[in-house]
Amino acid sequence: MNHWIIAPVVLPAMLAPLIAFVMRHDITLARAASVTGTLALGCIAVGLTVLAAGGGTHVYELGDWPAPFGIVLVLDRLSAMMVLLTAALALIVLIHVIATGWDNRGRHFHALFQFQLMGICGAFLTGDAFNLFVFFEVLLIASYGLMIHGGGRIRLRAGLQYVVMNLAGSTLFLFALGTLYAATGTLNIADLAVKVREIPLDQAALVRVAAMLLMIVFAIKAALFPVQFWLPATYANAPAPVAALFAIMTKVGAYAILRVHAVVFGPDAPAIDGLPGTWLFPAAAVTLALGTIGVLGARRLMPLVAFSVVGSMGTLMLAISLFTPHATTAALYYLVHSTFAAAALFLLADLVVSRRAGDDSLTVQRPTVQNGLFAALFLAGAIGMAGMPPFSGFIGKLFVLDALRDTPGMALGWTVVLAGSLLSIVGFARAGSVLFWKSTALAPDPKETPPPEDEPAEGAAMPAAARPLAVAPTMAALAALGLLVALANPITDYLESTANQLFARGEYIAAVLGRTEEAEP
Amino acid sequence: MEIIVASVIGVLTAGGIYLILRLRAFPVILGLSLLSYAVNVFIFATGRLKVNAPPILQDHGAAVYTDPLPQALVLTAIVISFGMTAVLVMIALGAFLEADHDRIDITAADTPEAEEKESGE
Repeated sequence: MNHWIIAPVVLPAMLAPLIAFVMRHDITLARAASVTGTLALGCIAVGLTVLAAGGGTHVYELGDWPAPFGIVLVLDRLSAMMVLLTAALALIVLIHVIATGWDNRGRHFHALFQFQLMGICGAFLTGDAFNLFVFFEVLLIASYGLMIHGGGRIRLRAGLQYVVMNLAGSTLFLFALGTLYAATGTLNIADLAVKVREIPLDQAALVRVAAMLLMIVFAIKAALFPVQFWLPATYANAPAPVAALFAIMTKVGAYAILRVHAVVFGPDAPAIDGLPGTWLFPAAAVTLALGTIGVLGARRLMPLVAFSVVGSMGTLMLAISLFTPHATTAALYYLVHSTFAAAALFLLADLVVSRRAGDDSLTVQRPTVQNGLFAALFLAGAIGMAGMPPFSGFIGKLFVLDALRDTPGMALGWTVVLAGSLLSIVGFARAGSVLFWKSTALAPDPKETPPPEDEPAEGAAMPAAARPLAVAPTMAALAALGLLVALANPITDYLESTANQLFARGEYIAAVLGRTEEAEP
Repeated sequence: MEIIVASVIGVLTAGGIYLILRLRAFPVILGLSLLSYAVNVFIFATGRLKVNAPPILQDHGAAVYTDPLPQALVLTAIVISFGMTAVLVMIALGAFLEADHDRIDITAADTPEAEEKESGE
């Protein structure tokens, strides 16, 4: 039993109270501890990914209780990859937060940040459905604190909505788990996968109800139509770096659908009869359309980026809804891409908005400092998100289109993906030209010309230029998009074996339950 | 007994959903509490309803026992929903003090532009 598997949960869990209790009055110390912890988490994640890439499913039995009686953590290629993605994103966001001083605008940022990482890593690693619920709650309660970090009227009210929405979702999660337990008598994911396939068809109704309830719960997290409405208000009003970190939270929902609905309620289970995919596909198509319309219609920068996240979740879910290894490879590639693209856009939005005195409305204003640099970064982020070459969005969408080829939903899928890409290019081009380009017409050369006389107060408070450290995280996120293209071949190879491992359920079940006779071909 | 438990869960859930849809902070908090009570009873009932049975196996074979796992799950669910309700009350209080009203939904009148206009008056 490899004890490193639980390290991504234990490390932030130990660090967070330490930061909250010991370092609460010393922001420098808290920053150092938080960065060190996140770096260590990154190293552990790299180590676990190397371990998982060697093949096999590694199981960690908590308290040495064998499954299905005890809770297990399961490390396979998918969970290792998600933990690594979390650690990389967390490091980028953390450096941005420290460089821009966001962590000083409220209390306990770093403690909440570490608790958030604990919840996310735990949700990715756990092999037990009820434990998944507990880790969801851990990451949610930390996200409530992060969401309202810094305070403010609109943010608190949006935060209240977010909490109410998620509490209702948690209740639904419990109803789903209760139904599942009543029908199968177990909550261990591997054991569920065995039991669901043994259920006689005439008693399958209860399992189907549980499967669809779970799907709604995960759809809330993944911001899928018709439960996507909380995301734009939340992400647009959260502190921008926190919204960048939340880019991984929607992926937790996507991961949970992939893990639970591919392994437990897979298309081959007779009791389920491919029900999840049937409903997921149209929901994903509508989500993508809604996100795109939101990008076109947004009048402020933060909602624009938030709606583009909704659109990218639609694209991702289109690929996931097919529940085949080939489509899952495409989904995983797009998942990694959209996480970094959304994070880059939110971090950049923070840099821009903080230099416009917190005003993120898409109106023409005098150009601020470094207009050219921000414009270039926005261009890069926008073409990454919209799916144009040379960034990974292009390859990601190509994979998704290829996965949809020759399936019944090909016509609908191709239409929404292609039209959605075109319209989001239009939306981003409009936002970019209003924010960065038209503004130069107001003051042709801001560096030479003094500010207009009728605005002396604003001219005097010309915002400071962003320090290299403040821009570096945005560039790092964009560089990750470039890296995804440069290393597309080895990454796709890894993702392909990840998808194959996910759908080769027998290996997972054998590793968790420690017996092979029930392994299926 | 089944019919009583089932209708209790149903009534609690219906009441909870009705209160959540009132869209004011206090009814919503009460509604979420009712919902969490309903789900706690529901989880408790997933181990099948049995009276006067211990949750442990006393005697191998003959002894009647009730499933202990839902009871453990319910304990976790109670603790979590209790903590979450506390967080919710604090955030609702903060939002109420900031906004001077307890409406949950954010309408067009609450956008930053409208708020600026309002504070400028």
